Amino acid sequence: MNIKRFFTRKTVEDESNPLYLTLREEMRISRENNKIIKRFEKAKARKNVPEEEYLTTMKNPDNVVEFEDLHTFFFTDVGTVKAVNGVSFDVPQGKIVGIVGESGCGKSVTSLSLMQLVQEPQGQIVKGSIRYRASNGKTYEITKMPRNRMLQIRGNDIAMIFQEPMTSLNPVFRIGDQMDEVVLLHVEGATEKSAKARSIEMLKLVGIAMPEKIYDQYPHELSGGMRQRVMIAMALSCDPRLIIADEPTTALDVTIQAQILELLREIKDKINGSIMLITHDLGVIAEMADLVVVMYAGRIIEQGTVREIFHHPKHPYTIGLMRSKPSGKTVDNRLYSIKGQVPNPINMPDHCYFLNRCDRVQPECLGEYPPMFWHSPDHCAACYWSKTGELCDDEGEREKESNDE
Amino acid sequence: MNNAMTHETKDDSNILVVRNLKKYYPLSKVALGKRRSYVKAVDDVSFEIERGTTMGLVGESGCGKTTVGRTILRLHDVTGGEVFFEGQNLANLSRRELRRLRPDIQMIFQDPYSSLSPRMPVGEIIGEAVRQHKIVPKSRYKAHVLKVMSDCGLQPQHFYRYPHEFSGGQRQRISIARAVALMPKFIICDEPLSALDVSIQAQIINLMKDLQEEYGYTYLFISHDLSVVEYLSDTIGVMYLGNIMEMGDKKKIFENPMHPYTEALLSAVPVSDPDVKMDRIILKGDIPSPVNPPSGCKFRTRCPKVMDICAKVTPKFKEYEPGHCVACHLYSQD
Repeated sequence: MNIKRFFTRKTVEDESNPLYLTLREEMRISRENNKIIKRFEKAKARKNVPEEEYLTTMKNPDNVVEFEDLHTFFFTDVGTVKAVNGVSFDVPQGKIVGIVGESGCGKSVTSLSLMQLVQEPQGQIVKGSIRYRASNGKTYEITKMPRNRMLQIRGNDIAMIFQEPMTSLNPVFRIGDQMDEVVLLHVEGATEKSAKARSIEMLKLVGIAMPEKIYDQYPHELSGGMRQRVMIAMALSCDPRLIIADEPTTALDVTIQAQILELLREIKDKINGSIMLITHDLGVIAEMADLVVVMYAGRIIEQGTVREIFHHPKHPYTIGLMRSKPSGKTVDNRLYSIKGQVPNPINMPDHCYFLNRCDRVQPECLGEYPPMFWHSPDHCAACYWSKTGELCDDEGEREKESNDE
Repeated sequence: MNNAMTHETKDDSNILVVRNLKKYYPLSKVALGKRRSYVKAVDDVSFEIERGTTMGLVGESGCGKTTVGRTILRLHDVTGGEVFFEGQNLANLSRRELRRLRPDIQMIFQDPYSSLSPRMPVGEIIGEAVRQHKIVPKSRYKAHVLKVMSDCGLQPQHFYRYPHEFSGGQRQRISIARAVALMPKFIICDEPLSALDVSIQAQIINLMKDLQEEYGYTYLFISHDLSVVEYLSDTIGVMYLGNIMEMGDKKKIFENPMHPYTEALLSAVPVSDPDVKMDRIILKGDIPSPVNPPSGCKFRTRCPKVMDICAKVTPKFKEYEPGHCVACHLYSQD
């Protein structure tokens, strides 16, 4: 009796909820996914890939990383989740790029794609390119890079600070062991002694008072702020050119957050690296970032310099985010809130993803997804409402313009 | 009881009066020749909440703000002190008497993912306590639950759905509906927004404000997010290591913070304006362990304005202007 129910479509109360699938549909999706995943995995499993295949050139030599039209999809049994759906932006040398967005908008997956850490096999970079300029002057195409080559870059040239310091430190190893491992793996000719010296130096750099003592302790003996400092120290121990900080202060108190942000800023100047700062806190972005990328449902909806974004936001979502943050000025009147919620990542609509939450809907909005409209050489938004600047299709042309200025 | 009666006649405008509330957790069993040690999670906290207003309780994690909320509700037993709710001392009520009072005091928990039973449909989650406490006659039960649901922005068809089918913001609406369904007078909100996204936070804040306007609820709002507390509260208490360091009207706290800890907390909040560069007071180190709190003023180990006297004498909690109390040696102690 139950089996029969499995094969018939359940009554669905609202059509927007695609969680209800019959077993047959689920099996069909899963079969198709297997085919696609196998194709990607086969390409990755090739051995002895010649280096020329993944060498490229940067569009702008000042950048450390260039994302271009990146698509990272997750092939799940209920459908394809387009976690990152055509994202392009640059991370210039020595700058902090802030990526803002709500949970599930693809900001973490963007950074994980850069590290080749997307959950495999269901998560795959489907399309697009990530160009990375390494310290040896070569430019690599991360999406085509074989896994064993990536090991030399990950943790060495590109380091990552994860969100929850408790879950990303191994509870059964001492802090010192975990930190030494990084140095021993990546620095040529490192001995255990030199690794320990390096680790203690790094712990001192991030402002830990008794580094020798902390070196011998276990993660559970430290407070949240200290753990995050250890994570930062670990990320720094190989002099990375790019630090990806994925919500580094979300789990921390405001006073500790202020300490950590101050530390990140100091360190960026010391090592002259770049930081990709991922957060949902606009205040943190305003304080830290030079460039801001606002993401929504897997796409960039607005990007620009921090001043442009905060003083002249163009996309209704960015404006809504800023207005919905309570502050001293808004106390007396009602707080603005963006109605509704993020659309389901499976079965994204063809029109603008923000359409049903937007309060500035235009007739054009029902048409296809809006392209980027450029408002100034370094500020663009994907919204018909914001269309005051002219539509610029050719990216090369725009770059020429910005170089001329 | 006598005490309680006199109290009620004295001041009826306060719905909740907390006097010298203490909550200690024993750390280890008594060893021979060794004094028993305690974690003093809440150490001598006193405050009052006026009917229909919101009191915000802020502080870093581990400062005891959640324990205050839970002790008021008697989810933890009280070690010392009194909690008067409408003149009745909650601290020494029996279980049966307490049960009768439960519908009047409700709580909204922090994490909407773990505070809703995954095995109950939403209607049952909201309605279970309504039935238990016989808030409405049986015939009106479903209508009441549906009314509460629509007040909290939930659709009638959600009645038979399960929590896993909802997003974080909607789950928090369910937990609010569960608290509101009993028509309480006083609601303790323990960080109800910290698990939510910014755009959803704003929706929940507005919902809480609307409900307060419509039904005149009194809130005790526990949070570490100062901007939210500033928006929602009428009075604010700043906690540090089990003590209230500063308490007063919202305006007074934000415009004229007297305690160095409040100053530091306020300056640590990031401002959403890239051109505003604040002179940030960055506190060094972490909050000390509550097992061995520093002598004298508990904040002295991190205080930028520390003096000699701070280590010796505990500062008195004193009112310096009407409705603004501080415990700090920077201000005269007599």
